[in-house]
Amino acid sequence: MTLMPSQETVLLHGHIIDSLILAKVLDTILMMGGTFDLSEVHIGTTREQPSHAKIIVRASSEMMLDQILTAIQPHGAVAERETDCRAEPAPEVGVFPETFYATTHLPTQVRINGQWVDVGAIEMDLGIRLDPTRTSAAAIPMTQAERGDLIVTGRDGIRVAPLQRPPERDVFGFMEAHVSSERPHGPIIIDIARRMRALRESEGKQGKVLLAGGPAIIHSGGRDALTWLIESGYVHVLFCGNALAAHDMEAHLFGTSLGFGLLAGHTVPHGHEHHLRTINRIRAIGSIERAVVSGVITQGIMAACVRQHVQVVMAGTIRDDGPLPGVITDSIEAQAAMRAALPDVKLALLVASTLHAVATGNLLPATVPTVCVDVNPAVPTKLADRGSFQAVGLVMDAASFLRDLARELGCTA
Amino acid sequence: MSRLLVCPPDYFGIEYEINPWMRLSNTADPRLARMQWHGLMRELEGAVGARLERLDPVPGLPDFVFTANAGVVHEGRAVPSRFRHPERQREERHFEDWFRNNGYAVTRLKDGIHFEGAGDLLGFPDLWFGGYRQRTDIDAYEHLSRIFSREIIPLELINPRFYHLDTCFCPLSGGELLYYPPAFDRYARTVIEDRIATQRQIIIQEIEAMRFACNAVCVGRHIVLPEGCPDAVRQLQERGYEIHSLPLDEFMKAGGSAKCLTLALE
Repeated sequence: MTLMPSQETVLLHGHIIDSLILAKVLDTILMMGGTFDLSEVHIGTTREQPSHAKIIVRASSEMMLDQILTAIQPHGAVAERETDCRAEPAPEVGVFPETFYATTHLPTQVRINGQWVDVGAIEMDLGIRLDPTRTSAAAIPMTQAERGDLIVTGRDGIRVAPLQRPPERDVFGFMEAHVSSERPHGPIIIDIARRMRALRESEGKQGKVLLAGGPAIIHSGGRDALTWLIESGYVHVLFCGNALAAHDMEAHLFGTSLGFGLLAGHTVPHGHEHHLRTINRIRAIGSIERAVVSGVITQGIMAACVRQHVQVVMAGTIRDDGPLPGVITDSIEAQAAMRAALPDVKLALLVASTLHAVATGNLLPATVPTVCVDVNPAVPTKLADRGSFQAVGLVMDAASFLRDLARELGCTA
Repeated sequence: MSRLLVCPPDYFGIEYEINPWMRLSNTADPRLARMQWHGLMRELEGAVGARLERLDPVPGLPDFVFTANAGVVHEGRAVPSRFRHPERQREERHFEDWFRNNGYAVTRLKDGIHFEGAGDLLGFPDLWFGGYRQRTDIDAYEHLSRIFSREIIPLELINPRFYHLDTCFCPLSGGELLYYPPAFDRYARTVIEDRIATQRQIIIQEIEAMRFACNAVCVGRHIVLPEGCPDAVRQLQERGYEIHSLPLDEFMKAGGSAKCLTLALE
């Protein structure tokens, strides 16, 4: 099955503006049930100079597309002669050819031997590698290029589909990436919960829920709610850093988060050492999993992840203490590990972490509904600026979001 | 002095049907056709004061008399027609030969593009219009616009009875436009209304449009059109034109009238 509805690029030349020929062609496309994108319009600078337009015509079926093309052809709209995509060998390991095509996060196809082929693993800011037999294509980061890999260059023979409105009539279906602190959160959380419930009920067949989170989840008091969500089987992949895991286990071992008494409500003596002692203890045990299995860590987010077999990718940063065993300190390796965990993700919750939200956002195809929750409107705005219609921004604190979400899913605690 | 290219109707007749006016059963009277044609020539050379260039008629080419379809001529350059129907494609080389032998620089359109000359391309000095959909392909105007460095506004013709632009649209020397709006699609009508001021539009009613009132020859302040169009005559006289109404009904049997029988060479 092809990823895209039927489409064709047509060109229109001549005095097409004042003659209303362009308007007529566009009206005809719409009247016949198709849609269009005006991908290029050049208007002549004098009356004598011709103008030209490049129009991408889309229809829900090949038959409708043919009918539309037949109807607009007499007005001069001719199908652009399609060519195969071009590819050049990568000159070095980790280097693309100079004129490589940089991907978007939208569904993309390349034309190989006259056939349009879906580009696998699409993600923004990558290149497209053709397999040596030139039968399939996949997006890869430049670091993964091997010398001689066939990398797509130029812009010919490449087409990018805009996002189709998803069939669900929920917050993700409105195709508007609004970010506002004044927007009521309730209905959005209800829609998110509905999707999570459906994904859990499908037992992984329809996909997984990813949560990428920062340590503010612990500081703000969202630990119990997230633990409940994981224990209840609503979260299947966790992306975080050293801090979330360290403070989660610190909370269990010392009752503090970065030395601040979670119940006491104030700093406790020598509290600033707690996360270091936590990290040190886990390092001594060898792994988080062993700490949980051996009964050292029995509660909290990390314990729930181990018990529920949640796939956890911990990506390190330059300011990390420790780090905990399992934290990937090479950022290219961390990216690769995150990327490997994404294929089945059908809903992404990016909570209270600029770093992990943006990193995850960069890796996600535009087709994955994404929620970005942060008290700082700049984070969801940054994500929405990626142009994903299905990214919903919520300006609220992590604990409130996680608690409301857990309550919506049946948590009574 | 205006020069017009014409061709005597020695071999004119209805020998095929390529437009709704033509019926093989509705034969033309050769004697009457010749009389009407000579009547038109007399008027053009006499009262109107045009100079006529005569083509030699060719046996077996009954529509060769309609010289408006020879091509289009502007500033010494001629672009010969590329007819849609095979019946008329046989005329192409004769028209092209005449242009070459008479000192015109000839530019041919590439194969596969139909263009039926001044039957479809008409205009004012600074603004040209091109009829398309019935006979000429819209693509032709992109090329012609480049060849002549002129803006050409394509107009879609939607009624097969008005198969050439000159059957329903006639720009006049004073800047007015004689035309029959229902021959055009909605977009073309909007464009005409947009580009030609209302007071310069002379609208022809259906009954006279069907008598080819718009197939008129305008030379200076003289207008030659087929008889039987009193409303058109009145409107044109009100604007100060000198009108010459002539019987041309033998040529209507082939779907042509005064304008179709001439090609303006300047």
